[in-house]
Amino acid sequence: MIEFLQQLVNGLAQGSIYALIALGYTMVYGVLRFINFAHGDVYMLGAFTGLYAAPRLLQAFGGGPSPTGATAVLVVAMLICAIIGILIERLCYRPLRERPRLTVLITAIGVSLFIENAGQYAFGAEPKSFPEIISDRAVEIPESLGALSTLTITIGQLIVIGVTLVLLIGLRTIVLHTRLGMAMRALSFNPLAASLMGVNADVVISFTFALGSALAGAAGILTSIQQPSIDPLMGVNAGLKAFVAAVLGGIGNIPGAALGGVLIGFLEALVVGYINPTYRDAIVFAVLILILLLKPSGLLGKAEREKV
Amino acid sequence: MSGRPKVLLLVTLVACAVLSSFSGKISPYYYDVIIGIGINIILAASLNLINGYTGQFSLGHAGFMAVGAYSSAWLSLTFGYSFGLGTFATTSTYFLALVAGGLMAALAGLAVGIPSLRLRGDYLAIVTLGFNEIIKGIIQNAEPLGAQRGLGGMVQHTNFFWTFAFAALTVYVVLSLVHSTYGSGFLAVRDDEIAAEAMGINTTKYKVLAFVVGAFFAGVAGGLYAHFKQFIHPEGFNFLRSFDIVVMVILGGMGSTAGVCLAAVLLTILPEWLRMVDDYPWLPEWLRPITENRMILYSLLLIILMLTRPQGLFGTENFRRRPA
Repeated sequence: MIEFLQQLVNGLAQGSIYALIALGYTMVYGVLRFINFAHGDVYMLGAFTGLYAAPRLLQAFGGGPSPTGATAVLVVAMLICAIIGILIERLCYRPLRERPRLTVLITAIGVSLFIENAGQYAFGAEPKSFPEIISDRAVEIPESLGALSTLTITIGQLIVIGVTLVLLIGLRTIVLHTRLGMAMRALSFNPLAASLMGVNADVVISFTFALGSALAGAAGILTSIQQPSIDPLMGVNAGLKAFVAAVLGGIGNIPGAALGGVLIGFLEALVVGYINPTYRDAIVFAVLILILLLKPSGLLGKAEREKV
Repeated sequence: MSGRPKVLLLVTLVACAVLSSFSGKISPYYYDVIIGIGINIILAASLNLINGYTGQFSLGHAGFMAVGAYSSAWLSLTFGYSFGLGTFATTSTYFLALVAGGLMAALAGLAVGIPSLRLRGDYLAIVTLGFNEIIKGIIQNAEPLGAQRGLGGMVQHTNFFWTFAFAALTVYVVLSLVHSTYGSGFLAVRDDEIAAEAMGINTTKYKVLAFVVGAFFAGVAGGLYAHFKQFIHPEGFNFLRSFDIVVMVILGGMGSTAGVCLAAVLLTILPEWLRMVDDYPWLPEWLRPITENRMILYSLLLIILMLTRPQGLFGTENFRRRPA
């Protein structure tokens, strides 16, 4: 039982990361109806922004790992990723908006491969070790809790889960209670009607990309706190898993993406804990194929009828 | 279609046999590149049937290739000498192993083709990518196939004749299929699935058939590859390999077999040419490291191509505009 709980804790921490990335996929799908293949690579760029920014920022905030320094690193990574997201959309996707979906899809794959390979060229292909921005250690659980005190929960895991929660609440506020959020929802509901009502689609799409990319950047930093080894191809696998999470929750559905991320995290942890770590990736893809065959609209998504 | 393609196929086969007898005179390096061209032509022409003519975006062609490579390699390692040691016996075993590898891949194609009935575009791309990864994962965990160590020790049966004979056969089959009355169904599925269905075309059958035929030839290409390199490794069939093939099809122009074959030739030679970049003193210094990494170049090429000429270098405008 304790082992099961332990896997759930590990799964929740990893799942939070997937949830943050999955939100980007789902929001972009919501407004543009296409899958931004390059999204996983933005997450990688977030981690590398942290790698380069952390030493300077930590210096500015008194040297050594500190909560303020770590927050600054997180904010900088989110900002830079937001800018990268806007740039990708402006340069590569906007000129193709009226073109067939296949063209946009191929472009997205091209952008993804470009970032990965240019990253290998710029950062070096070998894994880099991420600086310690916050001292990670196991939380001491009081003996009085009995068997529960044998659980291993690290500060890093708590931070990941905590920051994810804060970001999710922030996102919810933006989407539900701001004008831009309302415009986003309107655009994803009916693009034509939204633009007739005066919604500026270009601005909203840029904003969506910024928001999603910022969350991916945050995920990049949060992963690096737990697993301080980062490489230019780290976004491929994480991106694919997060995509599966988005589909599992129902693509285009924001709470669904968060739920899907956490579920995929749990599933992965349970496979690693109880079956065989080498099947981790294959099982996630098997889940994807199963959802697409059984319930393509996902857990929380509404089935969309195709109009002829 | 008249009898001309058949004559062409026959002429090509004879030419392959004749040219093959000279292959001993070519340096091993060029021989390697030439066989690579042949194998890539098979892969690109067969993927073109799925992606170009039928309009199903598959990103898992290397997975089919892996199935063919591993099946045929395992067969020839196990039964290679069971039917005698003579040239005829071993060559026939090799041929049978290639065909069996192709059939196994076709079976895998059937398995992938069925979900493709419900999915389109982006989803199908990801699912085929997932299939590729699953196949790789299975091989990595299969002890009889060498798991993570790779599989080696096959006899080098693949030569100029076999490679280009199969390349010619692939092109012939794809072209005859697509240009036949029956085969216009592929194009109909691509151009407008709903209209095709309304006209009584069994779109399901065409989509699955495209996957099965395409996968069969990818499997044969895998078998040829396994019996040429004499060593195969699961990482050699990852999604980057699939992507190489997709780039050939897109660059050549989806649905243009001639263009796709030309792109296969170009993209096989290009990395080799880039390898010799040190021999070109006129190249500016900052360009050198970039040219060494062909994937940067490919991806840039792809983005620019999509932004400026989405129908590919040799394709005609047959992309359907997205309805507003």
